[in-house]
Amino acid sequence: MTTDSDRRTQFAAEPAKKSSMSTARIGLILPEVLGTYGDSGNAHVLCKRLQWRGHDAEVVPVLLGEPVPNSLDIYLLGGGEDGAQALATEHLRKRIGLGKAVENGAIVLAICAGLQVLGTRFRGSDGVDHEGLGLLDVVTEPGEPGTPRAVSELVAEGGAILGGEALTGFENHQGRTKLGEGSIPLGRVVSGTGNGDGTEGAVTGHVVGTYLHGPALARNPALADLLLTWLLGHELEPLDMPEVEQLRAERFAAAKRRRA
Amino acid sequence: MTGKVQPMTARSPLRTRASVAAGRVTAWLSRKSGLGSGGMIGGRVTLKLDPQALRRLGRERTVLLVTGTNGKTTTSLMLARSVEALAEVAHNSEGANMPDGVLSALARRPSAPYAVLEVDETYVPWVAEQVDPAVLVLLNLSRDQLDRVGEVRSLERDLRAAIAKMENTHVVANCDDVLVTSAASAAANPVWVGTVRRWTDDSTSCPRCGGPIVQEGRQWRSDCGLVRPEPAWQLEGNEVRTPDGSSVALDLRLPGDANRSNAAMALAAANCVGVSPDTATGRLTSITDIGGRYRTVRRGEHAVRLMLAKNPAGWAETLHVLEKDAPVVVAVNAHEADGRDMSWLWDVRFEELRGRKVIAAGERCADLAVRLRYAEVDYTMQADPVAAIDAVRPGGVDLVANYTAFRDLLGRLPNDN
Repeated sequence: MTTDSDRRTQFAAEPAKKSSMSTARIGLILPEVLGTYGDSGNAHVLCKRLQWRGHDAEVVPVLLGEPVPNSLDIYLLGGGEDGAQALATEHLRKRIGLGKAVENGAIVLAICAGLQVLGTRFRGSDGVDHEGLGLLDVVTEPGEPGTPRAVSELVAEGGAILGGEALTGFENHQGRTKLGEGSIPLGRVVSGTGNGDGTEGAVTGHVVGTYLHGPALARNPALADLLLTWLLGHELEPLDMPEVEQLRAERFAAAKRRRA
Repeated sequence: MTGKVQPMTARSPLRTRASVAAGRVTAWLSRKSGLGSGGMIGGRVTLKLDPQALRRLGRERTVLLVTGTNGKTTTSLMLARSVEALAEVAHNSEGANMPDGVLSALARRPSAPYAVLEVDETYVPWVAEQVDPAVLVLLNLSRDQLDRVGEVRSLERDLRAAIAKMENTHVVANCDDVLVTSAASAAANPVWVGTVRRWTDDSTSCPRCGGPIVQEGRQWRSDCGLVRPEPAWQLEGNEVRTPDGSSVALDLRLPGDANRSNAAMALAAANCVGVSPDTATGRLTSITDIGGRYRTVRRGEHAVRLMLAKNPAGWAETLHVLEKDAPVVVAVNAHEADGRDMSWLWDVRFEELRGRKVIAAGERCADLAVRLRYAEVDYTMQADPVAAIDAVRPGGVDLVANYTAFRDLLGRLPNDN
């Protein structure tokens, strides 16, 4: 039965190369359930931004039913719907690898459902409360009855850790997230919904959650390089990518037109 | 299951007739004013004036519905051509697959005893309740337009609930699609069809229990007991094995495994209303393009082959039918009909375009350019797809566009071969 390797190659953007001690290992966590829309793109972006700067990097998919290794450098959790989110939470709570890795300084980026899973508690649209992993100090609820689903482009002014660099992406979620004292927002919403109270995302140490879904790192190189700066322990020269600058300019202009 | 049909005037209440007439006027205005092809707005007016219109217009016909994420237009055209062997068929051939488009198709052919209707997957429960279909064809379900359609798993649950209520319907379903199998299993006697599928990222965890789906060759299974059913019809290369064990050869003018799979589904569905596989395959050979798709048009010194791909599953198939070495123009927009969210570009394996000449085009070419850059594909950017064609070396060009980009382009290219 070749199942596992088949399932694995399906999610690895590049065939996994033989890894050495210095190879950065980027974990794509439960892509079958937390990978609703383009989420593997973030792993791909980090991998390429390391490789283009001369570092070895590989994407390591961690699938349902498998142990979660505590030895990866970066953990990526994507978006998913309610049922999948509960399943992912149960899986990750039973397997302590992610919590151990964070204790040891691993970097985590969690998108949308992933953000909610990493909080202390979340309530699905079915009204059931789930205990989260507690890696971020956030609580998520569906909002008052009649709260519309947040489906739009999201623009946020980045916080100090992003050097004020603006964030752009697409959001699609029902949950409204409140931050406790243990987390700071990733940014402040300029247009869109974000957490629902004017803030966007949450950061505790090297754990980052955001509602910028799908391949947020493709549109936000500053966020990608923030994670890589944490990984490498030094500042990085920016990469020259005019198409990324053009895309960002277009999205900011489009959001501005909608606000006007 | 023969359609007993009377002319519409004899049985339709005055209100439906008046509403249809109002709808036709609006459709005519829409076409004349150049605002649309008329299929949608005409139906919308009719439905507003008479909410029961669809029920009345669908009653006493033999209705065959076709739904799924990809291949609806192609399969319903194949099915309509096949069923035309029996009698006149009402058919929404323009791909107008929302309730108003479905209604317009019925209103245009009030006395056709058969109707083959492609229906947007989100509207299937409602449309089926109105028209009580004889056949429902379930092609495939995969991620598409999450901002509009919602998540594919909740869509599967809605379809499953709707199918459980369809007592008089033959459900013809693709058993290589896990989500389709889950939904169609709610039917009393589904007709299973084995196909060829490349996109499986939405079939990795079980829609029933959430556990992993284990694949072994063609077979797949989940721990909870959901397994690939044994298909009555099976696509094998260029042939379709039928329930009696014999095989019919497909002789399609359309390329690729996706179209062969669509044909297998159409044969099984046509058979449900009494069209033999031999008769049906004979009628499929006349289909050379689907609303402009797969058509090759001349533009200057270029022979441009037009293709539509609007989501990761569609792209997975399209990447396999591209001409080797031909330059590729990819045009993407993000209007409401396309989905406003471009994240799907990251679920397409554009890496397979490495080594080709690629031009990123369309209103959202910058999104595509970023994706291509990370895929390490050598590309240039030219927002206008027609200018993009002109910019490549003379000869063959493959042009792949998503929904509105394709529609806009069709109007700007010559309408001949």
